[in-house]
Amino acid sequence: MKIVVCVNHVPDTATKIKLSKDEKTIDSAGVSYVINPYDEFAVEEAIKTKEKFGGEVIAISVGPDQNKETIRKVLAMGADEGIHLKVETPLDSFGVAKLLADEIKNLNSEIIFFGKQSVDYDNSIIGQLTATILDYNCISNCVVFTLESNTVNAESEIEGGREVIESELPIVITTQKGLNEPRYPTLKGIMAAKKKPITEKLVNQPEPKLELIKLKNPPEKNPGRIIGSDASAVTELVKLLKEEAKVI
Amino acid sequence: MSKNVLAILEQREGTIKKSSFEVLSFVETFSAGNGFTSHAIVIGFDIVNIEEIKKFFSGGIITIRHEKLHNYSSSAYGNLLSDFIKANSIDLIFLSNTVFGRDIAPRIAIKTDAGLAMDCVEISNLNGEFIATRPVFAGKSLEEVKVIPERKIFTLRQNVFKKEELSDFSAKEIKFLEPQDLVLKTKAKEIRKTSGKLDVAEADIIVSGGRGMKGPEHFHLIEELADVLGAAVGASRAVVDAGWRPHNEQVGQTGKTVSPSLYIACGISGAIQHLAGMSSSKYIVAVNKDKDAPIFSVANYGITGDVFEIIPALVEELKKA
Repeated sequence: MKIVVCVNHVPDTATKIKLSKDEKTIDSAGVSYVINPYDEFAVEEAIKTKEKFGGEVIAISVGPDQNKETIRKVLAMGADEGIHLKVETPLDSFGVAKLLADEIKNLNSEIIFFGKQSVDYDNSIIGQLTATILDYNCISNCVVFTLESNTVNAESEIEGGREVIESELPIVITTQKGLNEPRYPTLKGIMAAKKKPITEKLVNQPEPKLELIKLKNPPEKNPGRIIGSDASAVTELVKLLKEEAKVI
Repeated sequence: MSKNVLAILEQREGTIKKSSFEVLSFVETFSAGNGFTSHAIVIGFDIVNIEEIKKFFSGGIITIRHEKLHNYSSSAYGNLLSDFIKANSIDLIFLSNTVFGRDIAPRIAIKTDAGLAMDCVEISNLNGEFIATRPVFAGKSLEEVKVIPERKIFTLRQNVFKKEELSDFSAKEIKFLEPQDLVLKTKAKEIRKTSGKLDVAEADIIVSGGRGMKGPEHFHLIEELADVLGAAVGASRAVVDAGWRPHNEQVGQTGKTVSPSLYIACGISGAIQHLAGMSSSKYIVAVNKDKDAPIFSVANYGITGDVFEIIPALVEELKKA
């Protein structure tokens, strides 16, 4: 069984975002990049699936050269090989999904894991787009996943609850926090990852469906008021919330 | 040129959600302002508040109704909506950026050759071009995008667009469609509620607790404050990672990005990834002993005191009113 996990390389969530002068990209100076946090759950689930059923885990990432760092980390966690679909300029979600779908078709894999959202552009649609292009089933926002022969039973987190979902292979699963505890790469894993293959493929840029006009900073918040430092401040606070903010 | 606009509504367990009424009100105003024809569609079976749509929306109302469609099925819903969009030459499609919206919108986009902008907080018409503004990096930045294909889908962030009842509305007929040959390749068998409580993503008021609460045993204070306000309970990443609170309560870049009317942060210092997820709240209250905590830089009102003293006092004060 070929198990595919799709991963992205993103600015660490602890970093501040500064815009470049052209207002089209972010200033990457001083920004540390990491594997997309939701993708760690996808990697863990892919490896667990392999441990249970055998097969191999293939990590795919679309992006510039730096994405290899994230692929290497996934190999250190336990994936078997990496595929780097190299593009020089940023793509929209449709472009990324198209490239991934083409590659997955080549690999003929029937089970694909994605993080539910990439914490850079926050679209949370690439898994679903890829599944629809491939005509695969798809369960997004997964917090429980089980596979038995061809049948998938899963739970998807929705507002205020969980949907209990049944489906079957071939399938795309997008993973939410709570699905599992991602493992840390061991020293042995890190050493082994150096010898695992990463295939680089230069790919053609698909037609864009979204045009970025510009990035901008969110409106500045005016510094607020400190009302007090003990319980006597609550009367004033409630009054402000009622009469000034009018939110209660 | 006139366009056909569609609002896709979401029902869960037979009730159309509040966020769908926000979409209805947006589409109502947007279509009227541009002279477009509008429709609203909902898929389900017995929908208890279906008549409510008329109070918010003057366009055509369509229900695709079937017993098997009571629960969400990505495959069946995706096919039915895509067929409807193509058959009725719909140009512009709006839905809420809920879990449902995020699941179904990309599916429809591929099946109907549409472009898609997610989680929009503003949509403006610039000489016939629709420009969407959407938060990126969990709100640390915003992007303005133009959807290129003729057919465009926009998901709207919850709690940003206001639902507004029409001043007068007339009796309209709701059109029911019964689908034939339903194939449910992926289907939800049931919904398990987490606690029957309000979800942070949907709440208009959120009361959140952080490390300053000193332990899971003190979160009853947060719950009590949330109860008097009719608010949802939220949590910082630190307390979720420590196992004090479930991850579905987490607010921030690796949790939920929220825009409620009121956000009350108790014992939360305000790590950058938390601030990103909540600083677009309309009003923010911070209670923290540390007067230098970064949370005060985004708070409208701050109390630099002990949460264990302030929260009970606040609950009492609110009960008085």
